[in-house]
Amino acid sequence: MAASLSDAVRTFVRDGDTVALEGFTHLIPHAAGREIIRQGRRDLTLVRMTPDVVYDQLIGMGCARKLVFSWGGNPGVGSLHRLRDAVENGWPQALEIEEHSHAGMAAAYAAGAANLPFGVLRGYRGGDLPGRTRVATVTCPFTGEQLAAVPAHRPDVGIVHAQRADRHGNVQLWGILGVQKETVLASRHSIATVEEVVDELAPVPGAIVLPSWVVDAVCVVPRGAHPSYAHGYYDRDNEFYRAWDAISRDREAFRAWMDEHVLATVTA
Amino acid sequence: MAVEAARRIDDEAVCFVGIGLPSVAANLARRTHAPRSVLVYESGTIGSKPRELPLSIGDGELAETADAVVTVPEMFAYWLQGGRIDVGFLGAAQIDRHGNLNSTVIGDYDRPSVRLPGGGGAPEIALGVRDVFVMLRQSRRAFVDRIDFTTSLGDRVRVVVTDLGVLEPRDGELTLTQLHPGISVDTAREATGWELRVADDVRETEPPTKAELDALRSLRTKGET
Repeated sequence: MAASLSDAVRTFVRDGDTVALEGFTHLIPHAAGREIIRQGRRDLTLVRMTPDVVYDQLIGMGCARKLVFSWGGNPGVGSLHRLRDAVENGWPQALEIEEHSHAGMAAAYAAGAANLPFGVLRGYRGGDLPGRTRVATVTCPFTGEQLAAVPAHRPDVGIVHAQRADRHGNVQLWGILGVQKETVLASRHSIATVEEVVDELAPVPGAIVLPSWVVDAVCVVPRGAHPSYAHGYYDRDNEFYRAWDAISRDREAFRAWMDEHVLATVTA
Repeated sequence: MAVEAARRIDDEAVCFVGIGLPSVAANLARRTHAPRSVLVYESGTIGSKPRELPLSIGDGELAETADAVVTVPEMFAYWLQGGRIDVGFLGAAQIDRHGNLNSTVIGDYDRPSVRLPGGGGAPEIALGVRDVFVMLRQSRRAFVDRIDFTTSLGDRVRVVVTDLGVLEPRDGELTLTQLHPGISVDTAREATGWELRVADDVRETEPPTKAELDALRSLRTKGET
């Protein structure tokens, strides 16, 4: 249950796995992403609504074979250059993409959490996306309405970051909650990194708790969401997101930055 | 652009807001004529009242100042698909004369010359809100005869606010209905990649009022000095 991040990643994340690191702008498990890079995992299928800097790094370091996503930009800044380089030029390797809308991704996670084979929504109508992704049409048996069906997300491993856990491994998070609960419940195994462990989880308005028995490993990683943020602990590092644009634009600069700031750093 | 878009937001309108110009417009409306408008961000915050403009749609400020924070599946299922949003803002890399938008790729999907971020919330926003407002700088690169990829449909696009003027659908085609001060019809035509229809009654945008300018200046993006 309580584990070091390196042990948790070594135990649960295998080459070729489908892995979802979630957190919608808030609580993005960046430290876990960097640990996967350090351990040199390969051929991963990465699932995430907004790939963000965390997947830009994994893709640029050659960890990913496929990306399942719905919005692949640097929020408020522009492009994710490593993602673009992989899609446009196949560097450092070809990247297969399966692209959805946010609503479709959310429905797919919710279906996975509910142990259903597909999610259903009123979406994907018209436009060119339906011809390019895994979506089908189902007919409502009661009204005859045509609805979109998306296959459920069932990752091998779901990874989230949270504010804190108690000594039993119950995990508490609050603020913008994204799809973290659905990710944990949809995944075969799950890892939660947390800012701290406390004796008792005091109630917080709007907080949710993931009971210890749905989380395989809880790892204490202070500032584990940086450059994303942990509500109540530290703010989003907007300067870093702006700086990432220049760091990631150039292959050499990117590799040099990763060597210095990720590969040469000690495992949490 | 922000001022003109803000003016079109009714008081009490529920607005699904993205980052950048839409966020400026919606916050400007809330600080001027529409104090009861409701700002909804797709990260799950409902009724956000940010003091500073957020850089990302998930900044902590949006949650701290919100009436309610919901999960992303709930946001898209209960609130957007549930038909509870009046106005949705969209931007794009390309638009056609019917208001269809491309924010996915320039070039071929499998071998794009530019891979753009993708649709995100846009496909269902375009289907699920009452009125779509598009905000986009007007140029031949963006206003094209044929978009390279249809990310979202133009059926509910009610207005396109550009840096030159305003386009609104008339008989199924976006038509120039308004020009900002100092902009000529020819300038707007030159910045459009199709034969731009011009309304008979094109009017000039009212210049920003002092109250609008003051409110605009009071809005600055978090992290900027």
